[in-house]
Amino acid sequence: MIETENLTKKFGDLTAVDSVTLRVEEGEVFGFLGPNGAGKTTTVRMLCCLISKSSGNATIGDYEIGNEADSLKIRKTIGLVPDNVGLYEDMTAYDNLDYYGKLYECTASQRKENIERFLKMLGLWDKRDVAAGAFSKGMKQKLAIARALIHDPQILFMDEPTANLDPESSKIVREFILDLKKQKKTIFLNTHNLDEAQRICDRIGILNTKLMAIGTPQELEQSVRGRTTVIRLEQVNDLILGALKKLSPGNLSSDAKKVTIDVVDPEKQNPAIVEAIVGAGGRVVSVTVVGSTLEDAYLKLVREAA
Amino acid sequence: MRLSKSWIIATKDLKSFIRKRTVLYTAVLLPLLLSVLFPAILEISTRKSGGVPAADLPGLVNAFAFFYVIIPAIIPTPIASYSIVGEKIEKSLEPLLATPTTDGEILLGKSIAAFLPAIVATYLGAAIFMALIDSISYGKLGYLYYPNWSMGLILLVLAPLAAILSVEMSVIASARLSDVRSASQLGSLMFLPFTGIYLAGQIGLISLDTNNLLIIAAVLAVIALVLFRVSTATFRREEILTKWK
Repeated sequence: MIETENLTKKFGDLTAVDSVTLRVEEGEVFGFLGPNGAGKTTTVRMLCCLISKSSGNATIGDYEIGNEADSLKIRKTIGLVPDNVGLYEDMTAYDNLDYYGKLYECTASQRKENIERFLKMLGLWDKRDVAAGAFSKGMKQKLAIARALIHDPQILFMDEPTANLDPESSKIVREFILDLKKQKKTIFLNTHNLDEAQRICDRIGILNTKLMAIGTPQELEQSVRGRTTVIRLEQVNDLILGALKKLSPGNLSSDAKKVTIDVVDPEKQNPAIVEAIVGAGGRVVSVTVVGSTLEDAYLKLVREAA
Repeated sequence: MRLSKSWIIATKDLKSFIRKRTVLYTAVLLPLLLSVLFPAILEISTRKSGGVPAADLPGLVNAFAFFYVIIPAIIPTPIASYSIVGEKIEKSLEPLLATPTTDGEILLGKSIAAFLPAIVATYLGAAIFMALIDSISYGKLGYLYYPNWSMGLILLVLAPLAAILSVEMSVIASARLSDVRSASQLGSLMFLPFTGIYLAGQIGLISLDTNNLLIIAAVLAVIALVLFRVSTATFRREEILTKWK
């Protein structure tokens, strides 16, 4: 559905997006994670035919990015929720949507039907005759989402849709995205929010100018090698610490009743660690393996890139 | 280019323009004020000097008439300047550019929205001006001075062309600049050439007769076509989206 191959964007000497290759399947929610300036918005703008690519290829369905003849067809196929909502504040919610419905070449009946449907789904139907300028941030964001959907596109690009929203509004937007997922819409989601990405996205790409990693949230978590083993003891003493140091484990820290050790492969290393503690006269209360999270994976990849 | 798309954009902008009362009043006030002021000046000066001879009256009235070429060059500037820069300020340009609408359709829509108020206000003012002049001059001339071919040419050809040129200049300026005031100031320079023509006519360098007005109209039409090409060429989506802050 969305495919890029070595997609690159340069602004003069600055490379904003460097050789990004990815594929987003139909009906998939794909999350693009990355720090500020990573190239997420630039990538979305290239895919929405708002700015040109410097090199590489990209296709949306059967249409090619960069081909002038295909640009209008691509823009007709997709919906965009930009990072700035950009509503006409002096126009009512209904008129904002109706205007875009006309620009997306919807018939009068399609516009009427879709405006009612999406405003009701987003809880804004009662506010349809209120000027958008009087809306709260969350309501504006929801209206911007409705605007992107007014022509019922199969593909939706969302650039930080929950940024600056309060938790309640964020939840409503996230639930709406999940509703769209059920409708088999393909969603390309730029976000800073790791928790949001983990909850919503089928797959995640971590971008920092280059695409650092791509996979399901679980795959990315597992891609970070190493775990931490936390062993609670009745009492930690020098004899136990000495025995552990002989095993040459990774980073080791301790307090009066706990030893924390970084391990690469807990299943292989933990029995030897426990054996060493018991051999040194220690009494083990519990052994816990703490796994890496998506946040660990993200931070590791971003730091490596930096 | 699909005119229907441009018309959608134009009607939205026109409605927005009507809602902005101060811009609306400014646009309408100038031609209305001048339309009453010119006949009033003529009437007052006529009384003081014991009356302008009937033979001099057409020359004086014609001197005022050319203002209906200058006025439509002034009125659209703030509206047209706001057209692109305003969208950028409101951050509404990105979703607009994401729709299946071409640059030409967007620019034409913006231009229509600035052109129509200017031309309607000019025609309204001109109608008042002609009626007042006729009421003042009928006694001396013995016939209704307006309508005549010269005013017809001014209102039907020169005034629209002046408005188009002003709109195009303002759109070019607003697509290149990032604040409304700068765009408006640059766009407003378009009234200068028309003022120059007017002054040249007044000091006798050229005669603003029907033949010369036709020549001026032809030149303006060519410039208008060139400026439309320039406006579409200077409207760069990428630059607007990535460089404007």
